Amino acid sequence: MTPDQTGRSGGRLSALGSWDVVVIVVLIAVIIGSSVLVEGFASPRFWGFLLLDVFPIALIALPMTLVVITGEIDLSVASVLGLSSAVMGQLWFLGLPLPLILPLVVLLGALLGAVNGLFVAGFGLPSLAVTIGTLALYRGLAYVVLGDRAVADFPFDWTGNAIAALPGTTVPWVSLVVGGLALAFGLVLHATPVGRSLYAMGNSDQAAVFAGISVARTKFWLFVLTGAVSALAGLFWTLRYASARADNGSGLELSVVAAVLLGGVSIFGGRGTLVGVVAGVLLLTTLRNALQLADVPADTLTVVTGTLLIISVVGPNLAGMLRARLRRRRPRASPVAG
Amino acid sequence: MRGTRTTPLRLGASVLALAALLVSGSACASDEGDTPSGGSNAAAGGAIRAGLKVAFLPKQVNNPYFTVSDNGGKAAVAEFKGEYKEVGPSEASASSQVSYLNTLTQQGSDVIAVSANDPNAICGAVNQARQGGAKVVTFDSDTNKDCRDLFVNQVTGQGIAENQIKLISDAIGGEGKIAVLSATANATNQNAWIELMRTELKKPAYAKIELVTVVYGNDDDQKSFQETQGLLASYPDLKGIVSPTTVGVAAAARYLSTSQYKGKVALTGLGTPNQMREFVTDGTVRSFALWNPADLGYLAAYAGAALASGMISGKEGETFTAGKLGEYTIQADGVIVLGPPTVFDAANIGQFDF
Repeated sequence: MTPDQTGRSGGRLSALGSWDVVVIVVLIAVIIGSSVLVEGFASPRFWGFLLLDVFPIALIALPMTLVVITGEIDLSVASVLGLSSAVMGQLWFLGLPLPLILPLVVLLGALLGAVNGLFVAGFGLPSLAVTIGTLALYRGLAYVVLGDRAVADFPFDWTGNAIAALPGTTVPWVSLVVGGLALAFGLVLHATPVGRSLYAMGNSDQAAVFAGISVARTKFWLFVLTGAVSALAGLFWTLRYASARADNGSGLELSVVAAVLLGGVSIFGGRGTLVGVVAGVLLLTTLRNALQLADVPADTLTVVTGTLLIISVVGPNLAGMLRARLRRRRPRASPVAG
Repeated sequence: MRGTRTTPLRLGASVLALAALLVSGSACASDEGDTPSGGSNAAAGGAIRAGLKVAFLPKQVNNPYFTVSDNGGKAAVAEFKGEYKEVGPSEASASSQVSYLNTLTQQGSDVIAVSANDPNAICGAVNQARQGGAKVVTFDSDTNKDCRDLFVNQVTGQGIAENQIKLISDAIGGEGKIAVLSATANATNQNAWIELMRTELKKPAYAKIELVTVVYGNDDDQKSFQETQGLLASYPDLKGIVSPTTVGVAAAARYLSTSQYKGKVALTGLGTPNQMREFVTDGTVRSFALWNPADLGYLAAYAGAALASGMISGKEGETFTAGKLGEYTIQADGVIVLGPPTVFDAANIGQFDF
């Protein structure tokens, strides 16, 4: 028995168990603390606004969780959102009806995701490099499509309904969409063979191949899914702000990745839960909006989110490493061994 | 397979957590619409109500231009004894202001002075703020006119064009070739100004001035510097450059001040006194212009306060007094124009710090 392996895997497992619980506990603490300390926090209106703010990040974080668990990353999501928004605006400008535009744009998102998937899964290129490339490429295409124009004359029926609340509440109906999708993604990830194979890939592509998992095909479809969901987020974004622009959602990929990592998904793959990610998304957004409501300046907000992100990356890994090192040291303490 | 141990329990917990959040969002949805104490009921023509909560929401915080204009607003708010605050996003994107507007709505602001990053993206949030009882004044950059109550425009395009052509004409003695160093090729306001300048140049007084080219520095210091260099290489007989962008005019001045063209090729444009001070002092630039951003914020604060106090309703033709700036009249579509740009030269530049 090699202490290295057992040490590491043991460390990972226990960190996995604890981290998402930590995030949920912190989230609850933030909610309780803010309700007491921040005037206006415990109001239905605040939560209505917050749930609208959280929508795009929460939505994209779902497929991103799966991607990161397989050991890959997709940094092009916000650019897919922007390009989808630009194309949606241009098609509307050209006179196409929205019921036709919406499926077309989601299809486009899937295609953009397929390009990522082709390079990553088909040609075996590193997803970080590929999606940094398409991050720039898709954003560039968005400007080609729409330039610095904004298309804004969407019918009020659509823009109003996009942000409408459920009758008698301030809960936007789109929260139910995210909730439902989160449930579906959670079930797939945690209760199906597909989910298990994603973790296997994240731990070792080769081992997964030997175990009979079609790694390339699965990864390809994951990128397609991520593209389609990002496009869906782009549609919502455009309707919510009633403004189709090429720069919509710029920088959002970082918020998504931050939320996913904060939720306890390992950037190296193979570890994390969807529960943790949902809690991570809510924690980031709740903290941000609460601090904003407490009139904390934007720069401090950035510092706080940055710090959280560092903790979330360092925290679980540090815990795992410490545990592994402790175990490794024990046999070395004996002068005979080694 | 490690990592795959799931955990119906954990899944259940997450669903619960989500449900709890949703419920906490929906609980007691009836206490919406906390209307701040009156204001609009006050008799027209009265005085500004004391204690107004006035918030400035710039395109971006820590942007020197907006810091100056917001501080102008702060000075005004102090004069009429209100509560001032500045909030805003750290990056100037289309949608980034929405959650700040939402926050201000919740906090019951009486006046929100906002410079819109996007004419449409904040409309929904502005309308919610107005329903919540706030008066919304845009300044510097407008939204759709249907969203806000008033727009405080720094200057009209016509005012810019007349001013810039007059300054360059004076600087080159009314005769010779000039060029324009603009920001980006698709900058809407720049292009509108340049068109108006071309029209202005058709006036008989400027018959001997020829606009030979327009180049674009992309609001990038280095690119603007290189474009200036390129202009002088391509047009050796160039007499003057107009750069109606603060980045461009400073870069052009820096190039001219260190080249053989210093004092021979005239430069004017829109710049800030702090950027341009050394070039006015060393003789590279005779005069340039800009609206006073502090006055812009000051006027926006007074306009919003007059609205919130019921002194004006925002209709065309109404007048109000904005402290030291004097009386203003509301024009069509709820627009108030600050006035012609301020011209800065060696005589007065010492009085300005922004």
